[in-house]
Amino acid sequence: MTDVFLYTGLFLCLLMVASLYRSVFGPTVLDRLIGVNAIGSKTVILLLLIGLIYERVDMFVDIALAYALLNFVAVLAASRYFQKRKGLYEEPPYK
Amino acid sequence: MIDVIVIALLICGLVFFTGGAVGILRFPDFYTRLHPAGKMDTLGSFLMVLAVALFNLHEFSWAALLTSLKILLIILFVFILNPTATHAIVDAGFRAGMRPWTKKDRGK
Repeated sequence: MTDVFLYTGLFLCLLMVASLYRSVFGPTVLDRLIGVNAIGSKTVILLLLIGLIYERVDMFVDIALAYALLNFVAVLAASRYFQKRKGLYEEPPYK
Repeated sequence: MIDVIVIALLICGLVFFTGGAVGILRFPDFYTRLHPAGKMDTLGSFLMVLAVALFNLHEFSWAALLTSLKILLIILFVFILNPTATHAIVDAGFRAGMRPWTKKDRGK
């Protein structure tokens, strides 16, 4: 079963790389925020799978829980910050 | 028996995560990109966390039961926090005056 969790984690890492494209090359700041949010929600699962591989799930559960809350707070704070700021666009939205 | 259920749940979760990643990459607009990011990640997290919680119980003990309950707490948090984060991002884009993608913008 360890191999199954290992390959599942590797595939999740591949998907995180795919989401990283959006957070690096996203046209606006909020697109980057979407990519970061997707990577964070995959990281929670990846932490649980790493816990199963090392057979220390009881320790890694707390880390995953704290990471989920931290990711949420980061995304919420960033979106609250950027909604008051102009200049989200590289080019003006109304043409 | 429990291994088969766990592997099936993991593969279902991976399918949903793959759909979410492809949607984030391919959709044309900020609002449409939030649609796979909000929904697919929530359901994929639910299925995969459920698989981990089930596999943790394959040797039953009270400590393992407590750990599984904590893992189910992650599901509860994800179901509350992920739609809230999606709504906050939509709200930020709407207040900043982003215009939704229409058919006129096709090809840009």
